[in-house]
Amino acid sequence: MEGRGSGKQDIILAGVGGQGILSIAYVIDHAALDEGLNLRQAEVHGMAQRGGAVQSHLRLSSETIFSDLIPRGGADMILSVEPLEALRYLDSLAPSGVVVTSTTSYRNIPDYPDLEDVLERLRRVARHAIADSEKLAKEAGSSRAQNMVMLGAASPFLILKEESLLRHIENLFKPRGGNLVDVNLKAFRLGRDAAGS
Amino acid sequence: MKKDFAMKQEVLLGDEAVALGAIHAGLSAAYSYPGTPASEILEYLLRRPAEERGYKAAWSVNEKTAFEEALGASFAGRRALVSMKHVGLNVAADPFMNSALTGVGGGLLVVAADDPGMHSSQNEQDSRYYADFARIFCFEPAGHQEAYDMTREAFDLSEKLGIPVMLRLTTRISHSRSVVMPREPRSQNSLRLGQWQDWTLLPVNARRRFKQLLERQGALLAASESSPFNALTLNPSDRSLGIIASGIAWNYVQENIRGLASKPSLLKISTYPAPESLIRRLTDHVDRVLVAEEGYPLIERLLRGLYGVPGKTVLGRMSGELPASGELSPDIVREAMGLRPLEHFEAGERPLAGRPPQLCAGCPHADTLKALNEALRDRSGSNVFSDIGCYTLGALPPYNAIQTCVCMGASISMAHGGSDAGIRPAVAVIGDSTFGHSGITSLLSAARADADMTVFILDNGTVAMTGGQTSHATGPGLLKIIEGLGVPPEHILVIEPLPRNHERNVQIILEELDHRGLSVIVAVRECVTYSSKRRG
Repeated sequence: MEGRGSGKQDIILAGVGGQGILSIAYVIDHAALDEGLNLRQAEVHGMAQRGGAVQSHLRLSSETIFSDLIPRGGADMILSVEPLEALRYLDSLAPSGVVVTSTTSYRNIPDYPDLEDVLERLRRVARHAIADSEKLAKEAGSSRAQNMVMLGAASPFLILKEESLLRHIENLFKPRGGNLVDVNLKAFRLGRDAAGS
Repeated sequence: MKKDFAMKQEVLLGDEAVALGAIHAGLSAAYSYPGTPASEILEYLLRRPAEERGYKAAWSVNEKTAFEEALGASFAGRRALVSMKHVGLNVAADPFMNSALTGVGGGLLVVAADDPGMHSSQNEQDSRYYADFARIFCFEPAGHQEAYDMTREAFDLSEKLGIPVMLRLTTRISHSRSVVMPREPRSQNSLRLGQWQDWTLLPVNARRRFKQLLERQGALLAASESSPFNALTLNPSDRSLGIIASGIAWNYVQENIRGLASKPSLLKISTYPAPESLIRRLTDHVDRVLVAEEGYPLIERLLRGLYGVPGKTVLGRMSGELPASGELSPDIVREAMGLRPLEHFEAGERPLAGRPPQLCAGCPHADTLKALNEALRDRSGSNVFSDIGCYTLGALPPYNAIQTCVCMGASISMAHGGSDAGIRPAVAVIGDSTFGHSGITSLLSAARADADMTVFILDNGTVAMTGGQTSHATGPGLLKIIEGLGVPPEHILVIEPLPRNHERNVQIILEELDHRGLSVIVAVRECVTYSSKRRG
């Protein structure tokens, strides 16, 4: 346990069911706990997890947190593993908020809009970090690690220490065996470097 | 367990906080049927390390059996938990209502997880009405620590009052995570059997027990009035507005309250029967009362009664200040509190292309539905009655394959009635676990009548929609059940739903559609998502 962190951060995590949104939430939750922050994290279970739009409201604060849901206009960050899903929750963003999104589209619907148009609309947010999660995840060793790429891309904007995040990526993937810890740590670093550039 | 216990905070789902609270309250037995948003309660109990598992925990075949299993454990003097989603309580309503008359031996906790907004449900019924209907006590937590603490309190109260106690959750508490600090665990009760005069509900006993239940209502109200989970704060300098909030709505009020220039008087309600004297003190103090509750307007309706509160204005879901249906949110409650919306980023053009849930890539249901669609292509007047499960997504494009979904097991019985009414071909589509839950009796009825219909049982070996829990009617056992119910063996067909078997499967379906009597086609292929991680 480290010293008590300070500040407040409300994050909307977004993606498509099966993209590992809840793994991102796990890492942030436990890092926040280590840093002595209060947290609340609302998830979507059940029907929507079958390839539908999923989102998680994650609230961190050194003060008491009341609502499990983030009010519209209250989100400090939208962190999405999919660009259309980032756009879906943009209304929730505070005017000064940051959007962190992947450019890799997940096309399981017939009427997916023009990707360039989606990205263009996301770039209109003054503070944004955009990363090609599929390319970077493959470079790290597994296209399934796109969620950790995006967590890495978000990490410079989080009120959490990078070492806390890395520790819990390790905790999350260690029990799953193989080289998953290394792959996901690398995915995180590649995402972080891409966002910084 | 006791001597090893160390206080350690944990990040838990609301559901998990309830499960942990139950373990620490000396739980002996827990039963459930999977259903969103309640599934994670039993999942947590099953996931605990074996050395901590001093209790029995199991998925039951349906909520009624789960309830009766828990009631049996309570009869034996042990503490028992039964958990389910809101509509599951409809299935368990028979033992639930009667358990208020039998009373309990060991504490009996009924956890009902409601799904306002219908994220994963067919309706948004409010389980607090069931607690009221049965005349039992009900807790409604607003946060995770409360969910843990109330669970522990609920077992004590159940034994003290001699009745089952309900804990009502809603989706946003069930599926939200936060930190919980546990307390010293209590050990389990020892075995002590109930008295037959109390537990045998012959009219002579039931009349006496119902009278005793009614006599106990004063004690229930007193427990609610004095509960530390309720809180009244009157603002002596402002009498214009009071807010009553329960459950998750309390959090939304708290979220927004600092935006109000003058703090309203507040009453947090967490226990039912609703604490009347606290409500009276609030309404006496203020001119207007806003009632914010997740679900139906239960408290608001109590306040309004037939004639309202003289001289006072009651605002809420019935007055239109809050929407009559659907889930509340911090924004909706904010508006009802008279506050302007927060500034937010203007995202531009709406709506965006939606992304509804869909069957997974390679799902066996997709192959069955494609074959069924092709077989029915030239059969105008056909109807496919379906059921609760992943295959309900077959109602959406690209399948557009089913025309009804009502409740667990209704596919077979509705197809039976539809067939009697003249629908040809009448088809039912149901999954293996749903069949075990409520389809068996329907098929027995259809078999006795040799109803002219074709039943598909999609055997993927698991309860997939809720996360891959144990199915009780799958594999060779399922085939024996079907035959045992009296379906003619020559009209029990097994197909393997795979693209390469498509033509053959269509042929088999066509032949059975032509049979003027009952056929059952069992489509057997493991769930692609949960096949590798099946759990017990």
